[in-house]
Amino acid sequence: MAAVPRTLAEQFEDAEQQREAGSFGMWVFLITEIMFFGGLFLSYTIYRITYAGAFADASLHLDVTLGTVNTVVLICSSFTMTLAVHSAQTGRQRLLLLFLLTTMLIGLVFLGIKFVEWSHEIEENLVPGHGFIYPGSYTQPAKLFFSLYFLMTGVHALHLFIGMGVLAVLLVQSWLGRFSPQYHTPIEIAGLYWHFVDIVWLFLYPLLYLIDVYH
Amino acid sequence: MSSHFQLFPERASTVAGHVDALFAFLTGVSVFFTLLIFGLIIFFAVKYRRRSPDEVGTPTTSVALETAWTVIPFGIMLVMFVWGASLYFTLYRVPAGAMEIQVVGKQWMWKFQHLGGQREINELHVPTGRAVKLVMASQDVIHSFYVPAFRVKADVIPGTYRTIWFEATRPGTYHLFCAEYCGLQHAGMIGRVVVMEPQQYQAWLDGSSAAGGAETSPVAAGHKLFLDLGCHTCHRLDQQGIGPMLTNLFGKEIQLQNGQTVMADEDYIRESIVDPLAKVAAGFQPLMPSFQDRVDEEQLMQLITYIKSLGTQQAQAVTALPPQGGAKASGLAEAWQGATTTMPAPPQRRETQP
Amino acid sequence: MSAVAPATPPAFPTFPPEHYLNAEQGIKSWLLTTDHKRIGLLYLISVTLFFFLGGLFAVLIRLELLTPQGDLVQAETYNKLFSMHGIVMVWFFLVPVIPTVLGNFLIPMMVGARDVAFPRLNLASWYIFNFAGLLMLWTVLTGGVDTGWTFYTPFSSIYSNTHVVTAALAVFIAGFSSILTGLNFIVTVHFMRAPGLTWFRLPLFIWSNYANSLIMVLATPVLAITLLLVALERLLHIGVFDPQYGGDPVLFQHLFWFYSHPAVYIMVLPAMGVVSELIATYARKPVFGYTFVAFASVAIAVLGFLVWGHHMFVTTQSLYSAMIFSFLSYAVAVPSAIKVFNWTATLYKGSVVYTSPMLYAFGFIGLFTIGGLTGLFVAALGVDVHVTDTYFVIAHFHYIMVGGTVMAYLGGIHYWWPKISGRMYPEGWAKLAALIIFIGFNLTFFPQFILGYLGMPRRYYTYPDEFQVLNVLSTAGASILGVGYILPMFYLAWSMRYGPVADANPWPSTGLEWRTTSPPPPHNFETTPVVTWDAYDFSSLEPPLGANQLDTNDHRGGSLENEKR
Repeated sequence: MAAVPRTLAEQFEDAEQQREAGSFGMWVFLITEIMFFGGLFLSYTIYRITYAGAFADASLHLDVTLGTVNTVVLICSSFTMTLAVHSAQTGRQRLLLLFLLTTMLIGLVFLGIKFVEWSHEIEENLVPGHGFIYPGSYTQPAKLFFSLYFLMTGVHALHLFIGMGVLAVLLVQSWLGRFSPQYHTPIEIAGLYWHFVDIVWLFLYPLLYLIDVYH
Repeated sequence: MSSHFQLFPERASTVAGHVDALFAFLTGVSVFFTLLIFGLIIFFAVKYRRRSPDEVGTPTTSVALETAWTVIPFGIMLVMFVWGASLYFTLYRVPAGAMEIQVVGKQWMWKFQHLGGQREINELHVPTGRAVKLVMASQDVIHSFYVPAFRVKADVIPGTYRTIWFEATRPGTYHLFCAEYCGLQHAGMIGRVVVMEPQQYQAWLDGSSAAGGAETSPVAAGHKLFLDLGCHTCHRLDQQGIGPMLTNLFGKEIQLQNGQTVMADEDYIRESIVDPLAKVAAGFQPLMPSFQDRVDEEQLMQLITYIKSLGTQQAQAVTALPPQGGAKASGLAEAWQGATTTMPAPPQRRETQP
Repeated sequence: MSAVAPATPPAFPTFPPEHYLNAEQGIKSWLLTTDHKRIGLLYLISVTLFFFLGGLFAVLIRLELLTPQGDLVQAETYNKLFSMHGIVMVWFFLVPVIPTVLGNFLIPMMVGARDVAFPRLNLASWYIFNFAGLLMLWTVLTGGVDTGWTFYTPFSSIYSNTHVVTAALAVFIAGFSSILTGLNFIVTVHFMRAPGLTWFRLPLFIWSNYANSLIMVLATPVLAITLLLVALERLLHIGVFDPQYGGDPVLFQHLFWFYSHPAVYIMVLPAMGVVSELIATYARKPVFGYTFVAFASVAIAVLGFLVWGHHMFVTTQSLYSAMIFSFLSYAVAVPSAIKVFNWTATLYKGSVVYTSPMLYAFGFIGLFTIGGLTGLFVAALGVDVHVTDTYFVIAHFHYIMVGGTVMAYLGGIHYWWPKISGRMYPEGWAKLAALIIFIGFNLTFFPQFILGYLGMPRRYYTYPDEFQVLNVLSTAGASILGVGYILPMFYLAWSMRYGPVADANPWPSTGLEWRTTSPPPPHNFETTPVVTWDAYDFSSLEPPLGANQLDTNDHRGGSLENEKR
């Protein structure tokens, strides 16, 4: 079905301008996200340097296996997202739907594994503000580690969840035939966002899980 | 301090005049440029006022002028920077041999501990002609110790020590303010610095201390705490025990378990008491419990003063005295809860609400 | 479809029958508008309400400070007053005002576009802002917050007994509005300029707002995460700023000022952009050193990110870090100084009129100069130790934000009023208000420099007796200043209905926004303009200004003047 919806917004002169504006706008937004996560990464870095021993010890309580699996999972989702963008570019609507759905499902798997990890950590009383008890000889700085761990992975998971919401909307719009090789900017910029969320995880994973992995 | 109207603060320290000199330079430059800009605006606005409705201005530009008014102001600013920076180093580099007074700021009062044992609240007596250094700690939030007449100020931040110094030059009474907002009675966290000639200061010292000043000195109080808290069971004074020996420890480089070295200063000793596992000394087990909830900032200072004195004459004098319960304290010290056998309650934190 | 402007542009009718204000009617057409001009007016209403709320807090503060004792309000109330004054004025007035009111209204027109790049995002921005504002209002009405606008830890994260989390949340949400506005402007300026409108033909208002938008998008997220950390510390005791858990209270200050120093440039850069427009129009010549002024805006934005430590000279920061920050603080003063000299030099061989917007521009230059020069005092390490946390700093930043930004904003509102409303305001009243504001302002804040050097600390509701005379002078000035601010509310409102109808380009001015009707049509231009002239080229007007004027060195006096007729 070849629908021809009016996809050029009236403030733009032509489709090229609209596409460039949308893409550039997403890049600017991603830079703000870098600054947002940056504050967390900075705090983490400072405390890790100050309390290297405590942080190394605390990180041993994280599940490296699940963390590694999650990393692979997220990289796969970036791959399927790229395939979705390519499908949109080449006008293959069925594949576009398939890859958008797959990306969402893989994202769901990531969140599921994260949920399992957090459940373990709750059981082990490692959640600050929630009956935090830390076994072992390090006292307060371990609490800092876990505060930052939950905050950083939590904010990341929130961004992933929002990304899945965006993909859901795009899935519906694709189903309704809104995108074509001439107009698929929303898919492309959603792809940018998704890759960004993936890259943030690629920094979180070694910083949090791999401090003392050869302990 | 005068309670009459004034436009300029008094000078009562060696550094005040220097600060005022830089201030005068800054003021002079500012007045010059203010008058220049105001004057030029008025002059041009009048001279080039529109004389007919269709008149336009003549576009003008000059790279020479742009360069001039970039380079010249920057040059003047460099002078300000260098002058200000060198003054800053003078303000914050504590001279050797300065007389130490310990300060604890807490909501909402300043507590002063002279090493001879005198204690003051919201009032600090110092002599002229002698460099005085204040070793300061905060019991709770960030405070700031500020004496305008001395032109000195330093934030006192919980969890770490802050040292500033001054040398008073003029006898008199001067304002002391807390200069960092610290809650409800921030505006009430004020006091007086009483500067005296050396003879009067000595007379004040003699008059205000208890019979046998050594008993209420920080070293003595610290020694008592050291025993009462059981520190001496691991940090034995006679021979090596489970914990490192603390004699002659202060000021030395310490080797840590992870290979790093650290200077054994006030911050290090404080941290070792409240968070012992943060820096474990090489060759020792991480066994020491935290005393964070059992001592407040004043007591920490007393312990540190005692530990600093270990290996010196002062400590020997103190350890030789038989411990006496119910020591006769001066009126000033009564206002101070400290050297009793029961530990005072640890600092209370408020119940907060979102 | 894009149409190119014909060789002879059509004459603009005065007060066209259909324009952006009446094209669609009804409350829904306003609340669901995507027209940047209407959104600008929606913001005007919001920020004006917040201005008067923040002003009310200021009035109460100054009334309390009439006497040395704390007698008007209790200590707790006073602490909340100065905190809420700061929070409301900074985040709900000064940061948004010029970008969201004047920027939204003008930027698309100035670049020759029909709207901003993302109009629906623009509307969302306004809703987010008001949601944040309502949350702040709720905080005020349910007991307020007493941490100061600076939220220093551990007082804010542990010890305060007030609504810190909701206040922090309100600011957090307002920050998103800021980010989206900045994002919209950056994309608009990059991609939606009319044909022929190259970067160096843009009005300086665009350069300033572009540089400002860069700061908004880069700095605001850091504030967001910082306030989030404070809120979580209060709610869950995560320990990030708590010394008891090994946290560092000074880390908060680094994170906070990393945003809040650039924030002060957010508050002043757009104002500088307004001043450039005012000076160029009312001296009828291009701003002296256009390129220098344009680059100075960008330099201020960049250098502004490197100086945050100058708010922390008396903390436990190392002496060497402090030196670097002091040096960079002087460096960032240079581009501001360049601008002041350039504006002043623009008057040389200009054709100057003393309209009320021009008076506001003069006021800005003078007061910004004083504010900026006193910045050199606080940048000097040795002096800052004495004056930081005193009324000296309060006077310094009020000279820039009130003597600077607010005056520029009022000048801009008056300058663009005919474009916004299609009517002229009464010039006599406008001049009177400008004069009252100038006098009231100086009387309010100049004594505070003296108070600060004498040692009166900030955030004190009670003070030693000898500080009273200066405090009384300051309060007297504040009452005059208040009158000056209330006057425009009345005569501007009056003029919307009864003011004389204005021409499309009454001053005249060279910007693209003036080359359409007053008020403009919903899509700004009937046909997309094609720009072939430099900024502030009065000969590009129809009819051209100064075309008959001989462009020799000095056309003043002598026979040349007579030849012009």
